[in-house]
Amino acid sequence: MEHSITLVVNGTKVSRQVEPREHLIDFLREKIGLTGSHAGCEHGVCGACTLRVDGQIVRGCLMLAVQANGCRVDTVEGLSDSKEIAKLQKAFHEHNALQCGFCTPGMLLAAQDLILQSEKPTREEIRNHISGNYCRCTGYQAIVDAIEEVVNGSR
Amino acid sequence: MGRAELPLHAPGTKLERGYIGRSVPRPNAKRLLQGRGAYVDDLRLPRLAHVVFYRSPHAHARIKKLQFEKSLKCEGVIGIFSGKDISQYCTPWVGVLAHLKGIKSPPQHAVAIDRACWQGEAVAAVVAETRAQAEDALGLIEVQWEELPVVMDMEASLSGKEVIHKELGDNICFARAHDTGGVDEAFARADVVVEETFEFGRHTGVCLETRSILADYNAAEHSLTVYHSTQAPHMMQDIFSRHLDIPEASVRVIARDVGGSFGIKVHVYPDEMATAALSVMLRRPVKFVADRLESFATDIHAREHKVKIRLAATRAGEILAFDLDDLTAIGPYSVYPRTSGIEGNQVVNLTGGPYKHQKYRAKLNVVFTNKNVTCQYRAVGHPIAVALTEGIVDKAAAKLGMDPAEFRRRNLIADEAYPYTFPSGVKFEKLSHHKCLNLLLEKMHYQELRQEQIQLREKNIFRGIGLAAMIEVTNPSPAFYGVGGARISAQDGATLRLEPTGMVTVMCSVTEQGQGTEGIFAQIAASAVGVSLDKVRVITGDTATTPYGGGTWASRGAGIGGEAVLQSGRALRSNMLDIAAAILQLDKNELDIADDSVVHRVTQEKKLPLEELGRVAYFRPDTLPMDFQAELTVTRHYTPRQYGFTFTNGIQASLVEVDVDTGFVKLLKHWCVEDSGTVINPMLVDEQLRGGVVQGIGAALYEECLYSPEGQLLNGNMADYLVPMAAEMPDIVCAHVETPTLQSQLGAKGVGEAGTAGAPGAVMNAINDALAPLNVRVTAMPFTPERILKALAKV
Amino acid sequence: MKAAAFAYLKPASLPEAFAALVNPHAKVLAGGQSLIPALNMRLSSPELLVDITGLPDLAGISLQAHSIKIGALTTHAQIEACELVRKHVPLLAQAVRHVAHAAIRNRGTIGGSLALADPAAEYPACAVALDSVLVIRNKATERRVKAERFFKGLFETDLKQGELLVAVEFPLAKAGDKSVFLELTRRHGDYAIVGLAAHNERMVFLGLDSKPVLLQKKTLRQTKDQLPRNPPADLYHSSATKRHLAGVLLERAWNTP
Repeated sequence: MEHSITLVVNGTKVSRQVEPREHLIDFLREKIGLTGSHAGCEHGVCGACTLRVDGQIVRGCLMLAVQANGCRVDTVEGLSDSKEIAKLQKAFHEHNALQCGFCTPGMLLAAQDLILQSEKPTREEIRNHISGNYCRCTGYQAIVDAIEEVVNGSR
Repeated sequence: MGRAELPLHAPGTKLERGYIGRSVPRPNAKRLLQGRGAYVDDLRLPRLAHVVFYRSPHAHARIKKLQFEKSLKCEGVIGIFSGKDISQYCTPWVGVLAHLKGIKSPPQHAVAIDRACWQGEAVAAVVAETRAQAEDALGLIEVQWEELPVVMDMEASLSGKEVIHKELGDNICFARAHDTGGVDEAFARADVVVEETFEFGRHTGVCLETRSILADYNAAEHSLTVYHSTQAPHMMQDIFSRHLDIPEASVRVIARDVGGSFGIKVHVYPDEMATAALSVMLRRPVKFVADRLESFATDIHAREHKVKIRLAATRAGEILAFDLDDLTAIGPYSVYPRTSGIEGNQVVNLTGGPYKHQKYRAKLNVVFTNKNVTCQYRAVGHPIAVALTEGIVDKAAAKLGMDPAEFRRRNLIADEAYPYTFPSGVKFEKLSHHKCLNLLLEKMHYQELRQEQIQLREKNIFRGIGLAAMIEVTNPSPAFYGVGGARISAQDGATLRLEPTGMVTVMCSVTEQGQGTEGIFAQIAASAVGVSLDKVRVITGDTATTPYGGGTWASRGAGIGGEAVLQSGRALRSNMLDIAAAILQLDKNELDIADDSVVHRVTQEKKLPLEELGRVAYFRPDTLPMDFQAELTVTRHYTPRQYGFTFTNGIQASLVEVDVDTGFVKLLKHWCVEDSGTVINPMLVDEQLRGGVVQGIGAALYEECLYSPEGQLLNGNMADYLVPMAAEMPDIVCAHVETPTLQSQLGAKGVGEAGTAGAPGAVMNAINDALAPLNVRVTAMPFTPERILKALAKV
Repeated sequence: MKAAAFAYLKPASLPEAFAALVNPHAKVLAGGQSLIPALNMRLSSPELLVDITGLPDLAGISLQAHSIKIGALTTHAQIEACELVRKHVPLLAQAVRHVAHAAIRNRGTIGGSLALADPAAEYPACAVALDSVLVIRNKATERRVKAERFFKGLFETDLKQGELLVAVEFPLAKAGDKSVFLELTRRHGDYAIVGLAAHNERMVFLGLDSKPVLLQKKTLRQTKDQLPRNPPADLYHSSATKRHLAGVLLERAWNTP
């Protein structure tokens, strides 16, 4: 049986019918057309689907769309438009902290989460915080450099 | 001559290199940073159907019965098809090449017909309106199997007691022997002989974007458009055309954003061929996106070698000879169209590569097993060859009581010795081993590290330093595949077009998977034409719009594609100057292009903005002389031909600490000095190196596809197959020596595989160096805590 | 892969939840960080998911007379951030930092972790080491079970059909108590190869058996001798390796001041 859900996605209220089995990432990609967040493994390991739900980062593949009823969901598209992560994006760009870009939206959300909740994380803390997000291309160093620059620059 | 006519590396000439050599950010990365990439799974087409595959649960079994009745009744199901059904639309293939003498493999179908030869091989395809519905139906397919004997172990396979493909007679896909002669004599007169057997785990690429394809057949015009996560669009165009019987020009392959490839996405996959065939059969678009579990079970695997190697040296520390015997297993089929014989072949070609010994003997056996297929994955064969060479070199140095850096210095081919023919037969144009070694030792403060190591050992802290010198195949000529009959282009082309507004559009056959191909092409084009970087747009990954070419593999993008862009850019510049000369009524030789404007060559005085040149050429050619025709679109191609490969070289070092209680290895730092010729964008090159190093570290410490004796993949998911994560990775210091190849004007060699080639050997040597005071060594990758504890006799 | 179809119910009250849980093919959904991957991979195909995250009675951390009571729906992130936990249940505060990654910690719950009883998880070992009490309800009554008796075997607990774990009570740490949590993972945030939750005399290992393994502290050697002879091997570590590593952790905990 399909359920009717209403949630706020990137600031816009949306209502849709969903099957309970549909996870949040498929919902956003298939029903809302937000293809920026990616399904990399669908078993909660790779972090490519990292989203923000009610202000907290979550794995989009480990949350059912029906569970997001009434929630506020932010994706890379929304945080780009609001410019919330503009500094991070600029630093990622300048440090080449991405190659294929598939992990990048999730990585940015994980990085922004650290920036919001940590005073001045060390390199090691940055590495630990993004260790739930796989990047197969970069070797991670440029990502750490980019986050470190934002952390140092903004304080 | 002006800068547009000379090679960038022309001796004695100070040349304006423009953007070449500068760390400018990639323009196309901005899109990806905002989540605006266009990967295959992001596309939306009307009437799109989804396919999933029923995959064999057995490693080797005959299909006795395949029943679809129940599954056909499921909601949303469009059709369910067997291998035989699909074979009516897609012909089988055989993964052999003529220049690998004697290589053999049976015909392979898009979907297996009688028999499955590995766990995960597709035996039926379900097409439905959604992926979830297709999977619902999949669960109701009924199959009766007759299990067949499995061949899992490579030595058992070689023995041939049980033959997987009876019609082939034995399990040997490919064998090769190479001998310079004089090897036994060299060993007989050696003061020191060392021997070791090294093992390399089977691993895989784990692209974050799984294999994805969307095939859209148009019955009205018998044409096929394929959106494909691939490295080689033209190769796939040819293959779809021939196996689906559609005229080549009616097949269009589009590779938009590709979420990582590493060699995984340059092969023909049966399920992808089936997807294209199903689009033809159903006359509608069909999409297949491998899920992560399918990826582990069916993306090509790589490595899995067991190699015995011997080294002979004199007391003075001169290496006399190498002798090796490599056994590698590739699964039940040689992969099409590159074959699975290449990796072993590379081990034979490259082992011992940095050194100046003259005697060399190698034996190779490539055998079939009932595991997933293996084929070319990043750095093909190099990690094996480097680790073997550098592992045995370290062992020899230890036996001689010589510092490993010093032992290498005595044996590396001199920087002045080129061109040089290596005993395996490969030819080196110009390498720089000694320069690289010296720079590495300086960067890492080698002597200080050695001092620190000694001090820490007194406190029971076991640190190790490992070196790994390497040579690498880049910029392959037609000798790699074309001569063997593969329809894989060794040349690439670039079309450059000046737009009326003075912007430049570049269309190139080399593809982008995140390496920064489009970024460096923009840099080269801007520099060659004389425009600013923001005036250049680059289009890649579409057989309908780019020149014909090979795509991206074997570290060829910058060296081959980049040269095509450079030559095309220079030709366009010359044509632009012809027009400017006509407009300005000046001698062409007095003119040049700089900063988006035609300028006076000597005074640099601005003469004509490029948008004015474009306006006149396109909209007011009536103002130009009657016999003058403006040509503002030019195409140039480039094929390396003087050498089989443009070899590069480099050296890496790893610093580790081994916890001898737990067997855990902590990576403290890593260094990589690389000579990739002309460096176009140091930032991108460094990130290529680092990413490659981390994949190499994965091979050394974490990654292995584990199979049960029955042939079940045991760790085929993200949680159990361990890839390197941010927390455990060290900072990696990169440095460069630049020895441009003189074959091209650009002088660039490849760099994408260097990190992966050298890192496993460096890490292995570092671990063994750390363990040296305890008189134990590890030789089987990955070096898990358990393997280290076993070596230490703690378990 | 996509999950097989199931029905979904999010009760607003405990009675409503208990009514739904009568269905033997129903599963409780809390944080979902273990259940949803299993659903996505079609390793689990329940008829009905009962989402208990809307039940107010199951949330929150409170200081009781002799314990800290943590509601089943409390997330790892909430535990990590909680001053009360840091002060009164230092072992748990140490352990929670080892649970997966930030995005998982924001959703995963202590109740879910305890009720799943993964032998490699951190909380079951902590619950046993701290001699904590699990509070369980069904539609009629509430019962309280000591952690040691709650974990029965591999993914097997004392929870019966129709019951819900609603809270866990950790005794308050006293001055002079020694709490040490150690675990070995190859990568940050992974499930541990082996781990040790040690609270005073109670040394509890995770990853060494199908459930937490409680050793009584004697001399180091005698304690070590109590380690299981043949702990279950995992993909990368033999039984002997796991036993060896457990011994290393024991020594390290022993030597932790």
